[in-house]
Amino acid sequence: MTPPGDGAVELDSLVKRYGAARAVDGLTLSAARGAVTALLGPNGAGKTTTIEICEGFRRADSGTVRVLGLDPAADGRALKPRVGVMPQSGGVPGTARAGEFLGLVASFHAAPLGTSALLDRLGLTEHARTPFRRMSGGQQQRLSLAVAVVGRPELLFLDEPTTGLDPQARHATWELIQELRAAGVSVVLTTHNMDEAERLSDHVVIVDHGRVVAEGAPEELTGAERQLRFRARPGLGLEELLSALPAGSAAKESPAGHYLIEADVRPELLATVTAWCASHGVMTEDLRIERRTLEDVFLELTGRELRA
Amino acid sequence: MTAPSKTVPLDLSPAPGAAPLPRMIASQAGYEFRAVLRNGEQLLLTLIIPVVLLALFSATSLLDLGAGRRVDFLAPGILALAVMSTAFTGQAIGTGFERRYGVLKRLGATPLPRGGLIGAKTLSVVAVEAVQAAVVCAVALALGWHPHGDPGSVVVLLLLGTAAFSGFGLLMAGTLRAEATLAAANLVYILLLAVGGVVFPLDKFPGPVRDVLELLPISALAEGLRDVLQHGAALPGKPLLVLAVWAAAGLALAARFFKWE
Repeated sequence: MTPPGDGAVELDSLVKRYGAARAVDGLTLSAARGAVTALLGPNGAGKTTTIEICEGFRRADSGTVRVLGLDPAADGRALKPRVGVMPQSGGVPGTARAGEFLGLVASFHAAPLGTSALLDRLGLTEHARTPFRRMSGGQQQRLSLAVAVVGRPELLFLDEPTTGLDPQARHATWELIQELRAAGVSVVLTTHNMDEAERLSDHVVIVDHGRVVAEGAPEELTGAERQLRFRARPGLGLEELLSALPAGSAAKESPAGHYLIEADVRPELLATVTAWCASHGVMTEDLRIERRTLEDVFLELTGRELRA
Repeated sequence: MTAPSKTVPLDLSPAPGAAPLPRMIASQAGYEFRAVLRNGEQLLLTLIIPVVLLALFSATSLLDLGAGRRVDFLAPGILALAVMSTAFTGQAIGTGFERRYGVLKRLGATPLPRGGLIGAKTLSVVAVEAVQAAVVCAVALALGWHPHGDPGSVVVLLLLGTAAFSGFGLLMAGTLRAEATLAAANLVYILLLAVGGVVFPLDKFPGPVRDVLELLPISALAEGLRDVLQHGAALPGKPLLVLAVWAAAGLALAARFFKWE
């Protein structure tokens, strides 16, 4: 752990207005060095604006920004060689060939990665001579990631790095991000993909309406709470079942025939539920015990669906 | 996709650092130069149209170009057109779309500074102009052109013309929407080709109109080049002054109003 205040990115009370709207509204966060930090939130939550302020593309209206200890608005020249940036889309001329553009950006750096090895790693070798505009969306995304990484940065900003990727390409991207982290690179990424946040990140920051609504390690956020789901014939007497369960448990049927029991799920509870079903001649199907997902946490905190 | 391979080891550990500025500029300029040369529409504008106009009007008597040989009048005008096509039209359209597609923004996230990017664009423009000048001169010589005058004066005129056209090209690219830049830059190219003394002599226009047209950068460049190459003058004062004013105005406006995204 790095001491507080010495993270790769330190934002304090950040505000950015567009007209009357506050895209970022008092956002405070710290992204540790050498860790993967995910900004998770729905579209329009202020994730991209926050990242673009860190990259020096926009200026905050108020609050402080420190990236690798520097101010991106004032110290851009010093920061740019140290920071890799993957924008949400585009940024490569349509006529540029993949290998050519990657080589161009590599030539701006003192000790870049080998471009052919990097293309190979991202499955782009056979597209090295393909113009950017002829590449598929997923290929463009991967090239964009390669361009961000090629200068061997200390810190990477990845704005929705896997949006639009097929599963295979998504896994290749995840693998590369994990290797970067293992090599000591700090990564700050935005996503509205739960899976991505849970699997990749050391620290998840849930953002909504330009503010941090919750943060922590993925397992801290989803907590120890578990829930039990099963299917059975519709119309079971849930009141009666609940009376057999510990106080504070909740049960609901939605939609018909689909049951959810929110409780402190222990072996005894499972036995109680199945015994109650047996005594009522109820056959359960798809009985399973789940941890809360980040999606559940998000819904609970904001009342909004992430993927909306 | 091809199966991602882990056979080639990648050392991803941080090793940040910028390349020396001259290397970055040379690299970017080389990229831009190659991009122009393989862009068909750009080549139409920068090479094919000028060469066709030169050959067509030199070899035929479609135009009454006054006393003297037609190619001696046309070659300097076509050189001026070549400069305008690259420094103004091509650069405006190319840079306008780079801005629209976030390329300028993305390059802004790399160690290449903005001044370095502008320097690279200028180098690329000058290199393309050198190719254009070589082709135009070769065709003109083949058509019997006899240039006179001081090569130094020609270079000064071409560079000042480049500065004037670049300033306004970048101003347009950095302020208008890319589609508007595309339309406007092509329109200006055609208009200035028609009324800027490139192939149609300005003395065909009535006096007061001619006085105004002579103040256009394209007319100043074409007339200045004619003064030197056709008539053997050294450093023609009025065209140089007109170009210097356009260059100062264009570059100042571009520096002030250019928006990077």
